[in-house]
Amino acid sequence: MATEQNIPSAAEWEDIPAEKFQIIGTDDFSGDIIARPKVGYWADAWRRLRENKIALVALFILLLMIVMVIVGPYISGYAFEEIDTEAINQTPNAEHWFGTDSLGRDLFSRVWQAGRVSLAIGVVGAVVASVVGCIYGGIASYFGGIVDDIMMRIVEVLLSIPYLIIVILISVVTDSKSIGTMMLALTLTGWCGIARLVRGQMLQLKSQEYVLAANALGVSPMKIIMRHMIPNTIGIIIVAITFDIPGYIFSEAFLSYIGLGIQPPDTSWGALASAAQQNFMFYPYQLFFPSLMIALTMLSFTLLGDGLRDALDPKLRK
Amino acid sequence: MEKENILEVKDLSVSFNTYAGEVKAVRGVSFELKRGETLAFVGESGCGKTVTAKSILRLHKAPFAVIKEGSQIICDGKDVLALNKKELCKFRGDEVSMIFQDPMTSLNPTMTVGKQIMESLRIHKGLNKKEAREEAIKMLKMVNIPSAEKRIDSYPHEMSGGMRQRVMIAMALACSPNILIADEPTTALDVTIQAQIMDLMRELKEKMNTAIILVTHDLGVVANFADRIQVMYAGQVVERGTAREIFYDSKHPYTWALLSSVPKLAKEAKQELYALKGTPPDLILPLNCCPFASRCEYCMPICKERNPFETAITDTHKVSCWLQHPNAPKVKSFYDREVQ
Amino acid sequence: MDQVIETLKNADNILEVTDLCKFFKAGRKQTLKAVDHVSVSIRRGETLGLVGESGCGKTTCGRTMIKLYEPTSGKVVFDGKDISTLKGKDLLEFKKNVQVIFQDPYASLDPRMTIGEIISEGMDVHFHLSEQEKNDRVADLLNKVGLSAEYANRFAHELSGGQRQRVGIARALAVEPKFIVCDEPISALDVSIQAQVVNLLIKLQKEFGLTYLFISHDLSMVKHISDRVGVMYLGSMVELASNYDLYDKPLHPYTQALISAIPMADPDGEATRERIKLEGEVPSPINPPPGCKFRPRCRFAMPICEKEAPQLLEVEPNHFVACHLCHQKNQ
Repeated sequence: MATEQNIPSAAEWEDIPAEKFQIIGTDDFSGDIIARPKVGYWADAWRRLRENKIALVALFILLLMIVMVIVGPYISGYAFEEIDTEAINQTPNAEHWFGTDSLGRDLFSRVWQAGRVSLAIGVVGAVVASVVGCIYGGIASYFGGIVDDIMMRIVEVLLSIPYLIIVILISVVTDSKSIGTMMLALTLTGWCGIARLVRGQMLQLKSQEYVLAANALGVSPMKIIMRHMIPNTIGIIIVAITFDIPGYIFSEAFLSYIGLGIQPPDTSWGALASAAQQNFMFYPYQLFFPSLMIALTMLSFTLLGDGLRDALDPKLRK
Repeated sequence: MEKENILEVKDLSVSFNTYAGEVKAVRGVSFELKRGETLAFVGESGCGKTVTAKSILRLHKAPFAVIKEGSQIICDGKDVLALNKKELCKFRGDEVSMIFQDPMTSLNPTMTVGKQIMESLRIHKGLNKKEAREEAIKMLKMVNIPSAEKRIDSYPHEMSGGMRQRVMIAMALACSPNILIADEPTTALDVTIQAQIMDLMRELKEKMNTAIILVTHDLGVVANFADRIQVMYAGQVVERGTAREIFYDSKHPYTWALLSSVPKLAKEAKQELYALKGTPPDLILPLNCCPFASRCEYCMPICKERNPFETAITDTHKVSCWLQHPNAPKVKSFYDREVQ
Repeated sequence: MDQVIETLKNADNILEVTDLCKFFKAGRKQTLKAVDHVSVSIRRGETLGLVGESGCGKTTCGRTMIKLYEPTSGKVVFDGKDISTLKGKDLLEFKKNVQVIFQDPYASLDPRMTIGEIISEGMDVHFHLSEQEKNDRVADLLNKVGLSAEYANRFAHELSGGQRQRVGIARALAVEPKFIVCDEPISALDVSIQAQVVNLLIKLQKEFGLTYLFISHDLSMVKHISDRVGVMYLGSMVELASNYDLYDKPLHPYTQALISAIPMADPDGEATRERIKLEGEVPSPINPPPGCKFRPRCRFAMPICEKEAPQLLEVEPNHFVACHLCHQKNQ
C-alpha cells in the first residue's frame, strides 16, 4: 500500500526543508549484518521437525513407550513371572489392568517386560546393521572400480537369500535360540540395504565441489571421508535406522510367533502373541495388547522417520 | 496509432511467509504494457522481478505467498486476481503464457516435445489429435527447428539446450497469447545460442504482435530488444523509461551502478570496475525509506527517512529518487563520466 | 600497459602444458575427448583467460592441469617439476602452491562446517599453527576478502552467493598459493557482485603476486581481467592471443562469431553493429567431425579443413591460431 511505504503526497513534496538534501554518501560496510538469527544444521532440523505435528506425536508416543518399558513392570506390583494359579485367564480388571494369561501371570507387567526385549532387538539390531553397512558402503564407494563392483555383487547375493533360512541355519548350527542368536541372524543380512544407501550417497558426494576443494587443498582421503562425507551422510543414516527399527521388531515378532525366536522364561511381544494365539477365541485381550504395542511402535517409528527425512533434507528448507 | 494497454498492474504487493518472518518481495509495483510492446524488468536477484512476473499468472501458491490487498492486475479488461480456478486455467496459456529459465527442467522428460506442444493446443483451442499435430509441426518450423516432422517425436533429453528453449517458445506461442512472459530465457545458454534465441524472439514478436515481458539481469540482452525498461531494486521500481532513455539518459544511481558494472569492451583492462558496496537489503526488514539509501553515493538525510515519490521526466521516463526534488543538488551520472 | 607486457615477457613460465589430453569413456567403444592435445604456457604473474562455450572442455582442461583429474596423456610442468612424477611431500607442496576457486558458491562449501573451519582446513594440512594463530589468520583472511571476522562462526547457508564466493577465495588464499585456477568464479553471481569479486581478485593478484587461470564463458569479464586469452572449441585450443589482439582482431572464424555475439549494453550500437550469425548447434564431443572440428559451422571451410586438423601456430607476434585459412593468409 502506498501509505505503508511512506510516500509523500504532492503537497508534502514541496514542504521538505533544504538541509535534508545534503549529500552524506554511503554507510560503512566493514561488516554486513545478517538480519536472521544464527541457526546451525541440527537446530534448523529440530525446528523443522517441530512443525510436523504428526512426527511430534509419534516421537511423544515412542518416548512414552520407552519410559513404560523401563518402569512398567514395577508399577502394577506384580512381577512378570509371578504365577498365580488362582487368577488365570482373567479379563482386564482393577487388579490386573491388562488381564492375566493362562498361568495367571499379570499381563500388564509381561507386556512391558516383553517390550524391553522387542525394543532392544529392534534398536540394537538396526544400529549394528547400520554401522556395518556404513563401513561396507563407505569402503566400496571410496575405492570404486572393481572393488566396488565385487562388493556390491556380494550384497546383491546376500539380499536374495531369505533371512528365514539363515535364521534356521544359524539356530541349528549354534544349537541355541537365545536373543543373541536371533540378533545375529537378523543383522547378518540386514546391513545390505544401508550399505547400498551409504554407497550411493557417498558416490554422489564424491563429485561435490567441496570434496574436490578439499582434495585440492591436499587433505588426506581418510580425512575427507571423516570430515566431509560421513557428516553429510549422517542425516540419511539416521532416517534409514528409524525406518529399519520397525522391520526388526516385526521380524523378531514373527520369528517368536513361529517358535524360532525368544523362548520362555524370556518373553517378547511376538512370544506373547504366539502364546495368546491358541486362546484367541476365548481370551482375545491376551493377543490384543502385545499386538497393539507392536503396531503402535512400528507406526510411530515410521512416522518419525518420515518427519526426520523431511527435516534433515537441506533442499526442503524454506 | 495509439496502442491500448493490454495489461495494467497497480500497486502490486506480494509477501512470503517464512519461518523468520514475512518477506515482502514486491512492494507496490505498478506498470502498464501496450499491445505488441516489449517491456523488460531489469534487476539483480532478490529485486522481485520474477515474483512480479509470476504473479501476473498467479503462479505463487497461498498460503505461503500472499498477494496483498490493494493490488490490482487487469489484463485485457479482466481482473486477474478475481478469476476463479476454471477461468484462471483458460487465462493461462491462452491469453498469457510464460517461458522459464532452465530448459533442462521446464520440459517434461517423459513426454515427447510434440505431445507437450499439443497439450496446450488441445486444451485451449479444442483441436483434435491430428490438427494439433499439424499445428505443432508448424510451430516447430516457426522456431527454426530443422526436420520438424521428425523432431516432433523426440524427447527433451535428445535435444540441446538451445533447441529445448526453442521448444519452450513454441509451446508458449502455440495458442497465440496476447502476452508472453520470458523469465531469464537465455541465462542458461551459451553466448552464440543466446544470440540465436534473441533473434528468434525478435522475429516472432514482429510476426505475431505478441507483447513480451522480459525478465533479466543482463542489460546487454535488453539493449536491442526491449521498447521500455523497468529497473527494479528491493521489490520496488526505481526507474522506468524507453530503452534509449535508460541507456543514454538514466537518472537513478542504481541504474548508473548497473550500467557501470558491465565491463566495456573498449575500456582499459584491469581497471577497477565500478562496484557497489554492500548487498541488497534483507526484504524481511521494513523499509520506510528509499531502499537504495544505504548503498547510494548520493544518499541524503531525506533518503533515509522517506520513500521517494515517482517523478516524471518525460511522458515515458519516470524515476523514484530524491535527487529529482528541486532542493536537491544536481549530480552528473557517473556512468556518463566513464563513457566519456 | 606496455610495461606490464614487458614484465611478463621477462618472467619465467610457472606452468607449461604440452599436448595435454583427457579422454573419458562414453560407453561401448566411444571416447569423449574432453581435452584434445592442448599446449599452452602460463607466465608467472599473468592472468590467462580461457573461454569457450559449454562442452568445449575448458573446465576439464583447468582441472586436469592441476591434477584434480588425472591426465590421459601429455606433460604438465609446474615450477620446473613434472607433476606426474610428484609423490608424498612434493605432491603436498604442489597442492599448496596450486589452488582452485569453484563456480557454484552453493556447492563449493561444506554445509556442515562453519566458515572458520572451512578456511582453516587447508592451514591444518600445510602449516602447524596454534589455535590462536589459526583464528587470527582466519580473521585476517576474512577481512582481506571484505567480510567481517564475525562470519567465522556462521554456516554457509547463512551467507549470500557473493559472500560465499569470497569465502571460497579466502579458503584458497589460506595456504598461500602461487597459482590459482578460477573456474567460472562469477557465473553464478549478480552483475554488481561480479564486479566486487573481480575487483577483489585483481587486488589480491597485485598484493600477493598470484598467477591466475581464469576460466569463464563471460567474454567481457574475461577480457577485463586477463592479459592473454585462449579460446577453446570441442577440446582444442583454436586461438591464443593477448586480450586486445583477440577482441580487436580475432582471426579464427569461431572467435569472430563469438565476439560478435557478445551483447552490448548500447541500443544504438547494437542496432548498427555487424553481426556474424553462427548457425547450428555445438556438435557432441563424443563424435567430433574429422579434420578441423569447426568445419561444419565455418563459413570459410575449404577442402583441406576436412582432411587435416590445423595446428596452433603463431601467425602474428604472440598471436596463435589453429586455422588453415589463417595459416595460408600468413604465407
